[in-house]
Order: sequence, then C-alpha cells, then structure tokens
Amino acid sequence: MTLTATRVFAEWRDKSLDDALAECRDAVESPDFETVQRWRDEGGKVVGHFQVYFPEEIIHAAGMLPFKVRGAPMEPNLADSHFGSYLCSILKTSLEMALSDQVPMEMFVSHPICDAARNLAAIWGRNTDYPSQILYLPQNPNSSGSADYLEHEYNRIKRVTEEVADVEITEEALRESITVFNENRRLIRELYDIKANTPWLVAAEDAYALVALAGMIPREEHNELLATLIPLIKKRDLKREDRIRVVFEGGFCEQPPFDLIRMLGRTCYLVDDDFMIGLRYLTSDVPTDGSPLRQLAESYLERSSYSPVQHDLRKRKEDMLIERIRGANADAAILSAAKMCEPGLEEQVAYTHALDDEGIAYFVSEFEENMSSFDQLELQVETFVENLLFQ
Amino acid sequence: MTTLEDTQELVGRGNREGAALFRDWFTDLDATAKSGGLSAYVFVMGSINEILKTFDLPVVFPEINSLQTAVRRVAHEYLEEAEDYGYSPDICGYVKADVGTQLRGGEHPMAQIPKPGITVLTNACNTYIKWAEIWERMYEIPMFTIDIPGTREAGTQTWKGDSDFEGDRKYVEVQLRELITLCEEVTGKDFDIDKFREVLGHANTMSRSWNRVLELNEAKPSLFNALTDGTIYLGVANGLRGTEVGARYFERLVEEMEYKAANGIGQTIEEKYRLLFVGVPCYPIFRRFNELFTDWGGTFVNSTYLWFASGGTNRGFEYELADPLASFAEGVLVNVRDAMDSMFHQDVVLKDMAKDFDVDGIVYHPIKSCRTVSTGLADGRKHMTDALGIPSLFMESDMMDRRVVSEAQMKNRVDAFFEGLASRRQQALADPKVR
Repeated sequence: MTLTATRVFAEWRDKSLDDALAECRDAVESPDFETVQRWRDEGGKVVGHFQVYFPEEIIHAAGMLPFKVRGAPMEPNLADSHFGSYLCSILKTSLEMALSDQVPMEMFVSHPICDAARNLAAIWGRNTDYPSQILYLPQNPNSSGSADYLEHEYNRIKRVTEEVADVEITEEALRESITVFNENRRLIRELYDIKANTPWLVAAEDAYALVALAGMIPREEHNELLATLIPLIKKRDLKREDRIRVVFEGGFCEQPPFDLIRMLGRTCYLVDDDFMIGLRYLTSDVPTDGSPLRQLAESYLERSSYSPVQHDLRKRKEDMLIERIRGANADAAILSAAKMCEPGLEEQVAYTHALDDEGIAYFVSEFEENMSSFDQLELQVETFVENLLFQ
Repeated sequence: MTTLEDTQELVGRGNREGAALFRDWFTDLDATAKSGGLSAYVFVMGSINEILKTFDLPVVFPEINSLQTAVRRVAHEYLEEAEDYGYSPDICGYVKADVGTQLRGGEHPMAQIPKPGITVLTNACNTYIKWAEIWERMYEIPMFTIDIPGTREAGTQTWKGDSDFEGDRKYVEVQLRELITLCEEVTGKDFDIDKFREVLGHANTMSRSWNRVLELNEAKPSLFNALTDGTIYLGVANGLRGTEVGARYFERLVEEMEYKAANGIGQTIEEKYRLLFVGVPCYPIFRRFNELFTDWGGTFVNSTYLWFASGGTNRGFEYELADPLASFAEGVLVNVRDAMDSMFHQDVVLKDMAKDFDVDGIVYHPIKSCRTVSTGLADGRKHMTDALGIPSLFMESDMMDRRVVSEAQMKNRVDAFFEGLASRRQQALADPKVR
C-alpha cells in the first residue's frame, strides 16, 4: 500500500448525507487535526503550508501530506509570548500548533503574503528543528520574467522537498499529482456551482467543511468524499427559501469561526466566497503535458483567482469582486476582514468605494477566528438583510 | 594638527548640511508640484532611485513625508482624515498620513507634495504594494513593482555564481529593463546608459561612505546618535541617492566622523551605556523619546533601522560600471534582501552588531503601524537573550499614532531598564564574572 492510498477519514463513509456532513463539520471544527495524526501513524510525513496558495502537487508527488496551516480554534498559550500586540489571531494559533506539537511536521512553508505572515517563517524556524522555508510567489506577475522565475522557484522547493522526503520527485509523479488535484479542483468547482445555482441544497457551513477538509486529508480521499457526497447533495429534496443572495469576501487567510459561517447561512444564501481561496486558486485544469513545474507556474500566473495579497495589474481586486458578485448573481456582499489583517482592512476601502459606484449593497464587518459571541453581529446582519428584502 | 576652527567647522557639519539638503529637496518638490511637474513615488527599501535619477524624475518618499507629519506633531490630523475616508485605525499610519496628504491635494508641512506620474516599489514591505494600489486607483498612474525574492530560510542566502542566485538576479534584471521601458514612455526620454553609469558611480560613493560612517561609530565614545543623527543621514541617503550632491555629502560625513574618531570627540552627552535600537523610532515624541535614554547616558550606537531604512545600502555594495544593468540588478537584489533580513532575521544581525559595537543593552521598539518590522521582535528578543544574554528593553508604541504613545509609561519602563543596567554594572565591579 502506498501512502497515497492511505485513508485517514473513515467517519463519513456508509452514512446518510446528513450524518456524513456532520462528521465533516466535526473534523473541521476540531482543533486536534486527528486526520493528520492518523496519516503520521501510518508512517506518513507532513508538510505544513501557510495560507494562501501553495503548489501542493509538489508535496503530494513526494508522497507527503500537504497540510494547510490556517490557524485553529485554540488558545495560543505557548505562542502568545512570541508575538507583540496588534497582530491577527491566525499567526498565533498556527504557531501554537507547532509549539504544542499538536501537528508535528517535517517542513513548514510560508509565503510573504503580508507583513505579519512574512515574519512567520523566521519565527517558526527559530522555534522548531525542521526546515522552515519561504516560497516567494511573484508579486510582479506582469513581468515577462515571472514564469521563468516561478518555475525556478518551484524547482527549488522541489529540491528541498526531495531532501525532506528522501525521495526523488519525478516528472511522472508530478503529472499524476496534477491529475489528482485537477480532479479535486473540478469537484470543488462543482460544489461552488451548487452554492451559486441552488444554494438551498447545501448549508453554508457544510460547503465550507467539505472544502476545508481538502487541507487535512489526502487529496485522493477528498476526491472520493466529494465525488460521493456531491451527487447526494444534488438529489436533495429541499425547497428554495426567500433569502438574500450574498457573497462573503474576507476569508482568504484567517478563517471566520465556524459558527459565524453557520449564522450567515441561517440568515442568507452564501452563493460565493473566498473562504480557503488557496485551495481553489487555480481556476482551471493544469495541463499535464510539457514540464509539470512550468505548467503549475503558468497556471498560477495566468489562470488563477485573486486575493488582497496578490498584486496583478490585470486583476484589480474591486473589479474581481464585482465579477464574483455578478457571476454568482448575488444581491449583496459581506465585506469582512480578520481583526488586525492589514491587507484585508485596506482592501475594504477599495471594495466599498467600488460597490458604492456600482450600486451594490454591502455590509462591512470584522471577525476573529476565536470569537464566540455573534448575537450583536447576527442582529446587524439580519437588519441589513431585512432592509434589502423590504426595499 | 587639530585646531579649534577645524572642530567648529567639522563637528556637527553632517547634521547642518543634511538638514539643509533635506529642506532643499522639499523646496524642489514644492516647485515641481506648483509647476504641475511629474514625480515618481518610491519607498526607502529599494527606491530604484538610480534609474529614476537617470530620467531626471523627482522622487517623492511618502514614508518620509508621513514621518515628517509626526515629527511636526500634526500626524493626527492626517490620520483622522484617512480614517474618515474609511481606513481602519489598525493599519499602517504612514499609509493613512499619506492618504490624508493626497486628500488635501498634496498639502504638507514641509512642502506642496507633487502628484505622482509613476510609482515604483519593491515587495520589501507588503504594505508598499497595498499603498501603491491606492495611488493607482486615485490617479490612474503606472505602478511598477520590482519583485525581489528574499532569503528563503535563515542562513541560506545564495550569492553570485550560485544558480538559485542567478535565477533571482535574472528575474530582477528583466523587471528593471521593463521599468526602463516604462520610464521612457512616461518621460518621453530615451534611456542614457552613460548617464546611468554616472548615477551608479555617485551611488557607489554614497554606499561606500555610508558603510564607513556606520563602521566608524564603533568608536568609544560613539560619534553620532544612531537614532537622531542617523535619521538625518538616512534622509539624505534616500532622497539624494545617485546624485553628486548626495555622494559629496557622504564623503564629507566620513571626513567628519574620521576627524571625531581621531580626536575622541563623541556625542553631546557623556556616554555611559552603549545601546542598539531595533525597530522604528517613536516619531510623535521623537526628541523626548531620545531623551528618555540620553538622560541616563544611554547612546544609540547603531540600529537595524539604519540598515533596512537605507534599503540595505549599509552593506557598501558597489556596482560594476562595466556591466551596469546586470550589476545594478545584483545590487538591488543583495541590498533589498539584506534590508529584509535585518527585519525578519534581526536576531542574526544583532549577534555581529552587539559584538562589533560592544553594547550594554538592546532596545526593541515594535510599533503598531509596521508589522513588517515588529512581528518578529518578541521572538527575536527571546532568542537574542538566549544566545547573547544582553539586557534588553521591549517597549511598544507607534511611529505615527500618538493615541498609542504613552510617554509616562515609557519613561517608567526606560528608567527601570537603566536601573537594571546600573545594578548589573555595580555587580560586575564587585564580581568580574558578572557582565
């Protein structure tokens, strides 16, 4: 049995759709990341990669588990003293996972997505005894040199990965991984089509859990999960309700608490969002011909989504948001940002001005992954929604 | 032979001339603004002044404009204006002071700030990118990001001849060539490679001299205050990089410092404690902030600020004029990477700095406004303490926002720090094993 045949999340199998979804929610909400531990129990190695995007295919092709580091619902008891004030929560809870040995890893990779996160690799490296690398994704994707550069950078990460995994990553293995991930991206797109077209068939928190699992179980297993549950979701006999269709923007890095997503899903239809956008950053299949690393690089540069932390002259963020709103046929947007998230907070200003110009309604808020009281926020969202409904 | 006239002429000359050049620079910007001329908006970590000066583009450093509003105690007006526009209290104060300046049509205490015709930035700070996107939207101007890959893991920097370094250098060079094309379009001028060589020559003089000035401050007593005098030098190092007047200024600064070193002339106070500064100064109470330390005989002999805020030119990297563009790409890569290292891997930088400058303490000043500089300081301090055991002070405030600056609390912290240093020194006298 190879590692890619390893299965670590059996709880959903042979259950009704509702029970299977409940298992998915529990797995994602748990701070224990049991699936990762099971992978390790089978002798597998783990590479943690911090938000937003990472070419997981490279890790997968080495037979290791790419684990998406996206914070956790836990108190940063050990990590807190390693940081000053005025910082987002995700940095602290992510480091907490490492310091507490909650999620042992063989390597950690982060990206200079923001001023705070770009310090994380150095901090992580000072406090762990495994490689803590930075992957420099291009911040000038408009340069004619960016594809060559990124291919070279992916090749460098491949070399580091080979050392950690103690295996050679062949082009064939990379192609096979790309095929697995293409299928995964296709399935996630299918799920998002359901959210956009028939949002009453899948609750917001269930869709979220289904996607988030991709970052914590083998991708083949995630494909099996989605391929099994998506048809069942489509067959549900649920009635459409008179709800406002809303796009949520602001979940590209730190994740809103599960209960916040649940609350929003109770109040309106979340027809599109940027939760865990890195898992579906590449918007179409990565070609499997030619050099796999080149194709991954080209896909990142030419066929990808957007977030406040990637600069691309062709993708002005407010234009992309409006495209997302229109593409999902949404009535309004929730413009949120994690507390102390500088890029998210800065982008809110551009978003609000652009949506004002377009006459699109929006609701501005902030969240923190560990917030636990939503009463006031729920009241505000309900008021916002009622205003729209009775306009 | 040393004469009183020499001393009077030389000592403090760098401050006098630096302040004058700084005023002249703003006067020029004012004239540009009033004549409706073009300017290039740039940043201190990788200004790419060498190319912009070749095109005779006046450069505006919004970071410097913003800090000037704090030093002149009007920052809160600008911050409030930007917050009213929609910007959060939790984002960079420099950005907000600049937004306030732009919303006022360039009105600023130092000068009328010209509008940008182009903005050139690096990724040394991610906020540079978000900031430039604001101008891109406000003015619909070209925005060019020079993307500079930094150190991938502590201690793994590659150098000329290594294939990974070459991959990074080529990427930087391609972008610089594209920037040149853009500058030709914006200015309507052809790129003049000979003029570029001349500009690089001036930049070389400045880098060599800046490196020497920093090195000379190892003297005991130290020659200049890295916090206050150093900020004046930084202003010239950034604003006048690549110019003959800037190069000449730094040559004369070296002359002053060598004179002071040869004659044992230190700072204006008696140096009792030699300190390193890590972070960004507290500009809203700049003078008082410095006095909190000098009142105890504490002098700042070096800082990471003088490294990263000079864009890494502290290295003294000199361009090869025979192959100017390739060498410029190498220099930009090495310098900006170094600037980033002195923030993200400040614990590594401090090891050598503490030894070379024989310091008694290290002051960490993380600030709310700048997560680039501040995020890793608490952890870096822990590791510095483990590795070096040097007493340190960790004190948070801001470089712009007086709402999070509490002078009384700071004074208590600083006083306690010096009391600790004094006690440690007493113990060392009693028992030489304690240092």
